[in-house]
Amino acid sequence: MPDIRDFHAYPDEHGRFGRFGGSYVAETLMAPLAELTEAYLRLREDPAFIAELDRDLTNYVGRPSPVYFAERLTKHVGGARILLKREDLNHTGAHKINNTVGQALVARHMGKTRIIAETGAGQHGVASATVAARLGLKCVVYMGAVDIERQKINVYRMKLLGAEVVPVTSGSKTLKDALNEAMRDWVTHVADTFYIIGTVAGPHPYPLMVRDFNAIVGREARAQLLEQYGRLPDALTACVGGGSNAMGLFHAFLNDRAVRIVGAEAAGLGLASGHHAASLAAGRPGVLHGNRTYVLCDDDGQITETHSISAGLDYPGVGPEHAFLKDAGRAEYVGVTDDEALEAFHLLCRTEGILPALESSHAVAQAIKLAREYPKDGLVLCNLSGRGDKDVHTIAAREGVEV
Amino acid sequence: MNRIDRRFAALKAAGRTGLIPFVTAGDPSPEHAVALMHALVGAGADLIELGVPFSDPMADGPVIQHASERAIAAGVGLADVLGWVAQFRQQDPDTPVVLMGYLNPVEIHGYVRFAQEAVQAGVDGALLVDCPLEESAVLAPLREAGLKQILLAAPTTAPERLAHLCKAAEGFLYYVSFAGITGAARLSTTDIAARVADIRSHASAPVAVGFGVRDAESAKAIAGFADAVVIGSALVERLAGATSAAEIAQRVQAFLAPIRTALDAR
Repeated sequence: MPDIRDFHAYPDEHGRFGRFGGSYVAETLMAPLAELTEAYLRLREDPAFIAELDRDLTNYVGRPSPVYFAERLTKHVGGARILLKREDLNHTGAHKINNTVGQALVARHMGKTRIIAETGAGQHGVASATVAARLGLKCVVYMGAVDIERQKINVYRMKLLGAEVVPVTSGSKTLKDALNEAMRDWVTHVADTFYIIGTVAGPHPYPLMVRDFNAIVGREARAQLLEQYGRLPDALTACVGGGSNAMGLFHAFLNDRAVRIVGAEAAGLGLASGHHAASLAAGRPGVLHGNRTYVLCDDDGQITETHSISAGLDYPGVGPEHAFLKDAGRAEYVGVTDDEALEAFHLLCRTEGILPALESSHAVAQAIKLAREYPKDGLVLCNLSGRGDKDVHTIAAREGVEV
Repeated sequence: MNRIDRRFAALKAAGRTGLIPFVTAGDPSPEHAVALMHALVGAGADLIELGVPFSDPMADGPVIQHASERAIAAGVGLADVLGWVAQFRQQDPDTPVVLMGYLNPVEIHGYVRFAQEAVQAGVDGALLVDCPLEESAVLAPLREAGLKQILLAAPTTAPERLAHLCKAAEGFLYYVSFAGITGAARLSTTDIAARVADIRSHASAPVAVGFGVRDAESAKAIAGFADAVVIGSALVERLAGATSAAEIAQRVQAFLAPIRTALDAR
């Protein structure tokens, strides 16, 4: 791959990040995607839209989120200082709301009255139901039957917010199948429906749009570090399922070549076990859900079932920009196992009084590993993408505790 | 001349509307996959669309998705599908076969390797549902090997785009008769007729209409203005659960024969 001068120049007008991305969809979706692209490219330059979005992010989401120095965790680890970007403190408890607030505004500008979304852990479903309620839009959320079972609290939250949750029983009954089903709904109801994709995957313009709406995370963090520490971090880390919180944190730092960027994928029971969701660390280039990216599939090209303790990372593809960053050598992608994530979960609970989401616990585990590689005055910035209240039942069940 | 072009030329000369059944390869039974193809021809098929099973068929409805899942569970892969076409060709050198599926199995197999093997097996064209014209540069090895690039047009396709599609279409242009997934049941014949007339003004390739054609009546309505009618979900649904070659042939005959008759009676 040729040397890349400006990482912020991607994607190109076809939604391509080098050889990744694009629009691999059926003809029926080409017109709605063109309509969305046209509307979004106009709105992202529109000062009135930007001001409206900023107001919502400040007054509704509660931005900016703080960068917090995890002092006791740092002391426990005995390495570089670990800083947490507190996306768990956002309204609805995760970074997902940054994107849904933005897309809901786009939907309203396009005159759409119905919102659909897919969800894995339920965080994006909750964030979509939330913005739909606020704007008075009808909301339908597709969710795999397996995920509904392991994320009951979020399912109930969505219902309380007035959304209809549709169980998806095809395929592996998880996030990828929910995405297929939402795409079908969109094809069929395209006139009045806006599809809020929750991650930086899917056909153009979604990887661009979802990244843009989450990029506030990295922009804030970069400014906060410069202000509080007078310099940029040595390393960044975030968990990567589809990759929206990671892309959100990474994007502002992509041209800061001295900053090391590490994405933590779900290694499940271990990369060698075959039971994982590490598309970048253990997959190969392919085409899934409208874009070319790294996917987990067999030699016949069939997408394989994935495993992770965290529903939000349980996805056999990944956003195309991450695939691009991997091939460009700008970011590293490594696996964190279920056990490592759980250990990090408990450690953060006990040392800092912060209960992280299981997804984010993967990033915490990686931050701990990175902190050990740098001297004590080093800085490791970790995206704490969500809070873990939704996961207490999963963790209790795994540890044999009845709640 | 390619088998597809030859077949459409013959249909035109005879003043007949083509019948294009779609089946998922390996469903309802991998063992009888080739027998099923012969049964389709026996019941009046002019061209066969053979679905390559894929785990995540985004543009298909539940009927075809379930057929895909059954075939994958039975171990069906791209190599099997190509093998069945080769077997079919031993007895049927004339009926065109188009593979319909998604990009990932072909990408993983390798475009050049797929193109060579498909042509060698006797495949005539490929319709890769999630590869629109804009991304079709990757399909160059298929075109170079002589496989026809079958393209879709939809009710939502903008006029200037439609002109591009019509120009690039090979074999035939597949008009998706409404903006939904396969197997859904909505069809306004007058709207379709108007759109197909519009396509004809741009396209030199024949126009096949599909998505939502379920029986003799709906097929006949479309036969008035289309060169061919595609029937997929309704047939796949009818075949589900059939276990013997005889039962498969009997169900194919019972379902397709009235449609064939209706098309020819117009």
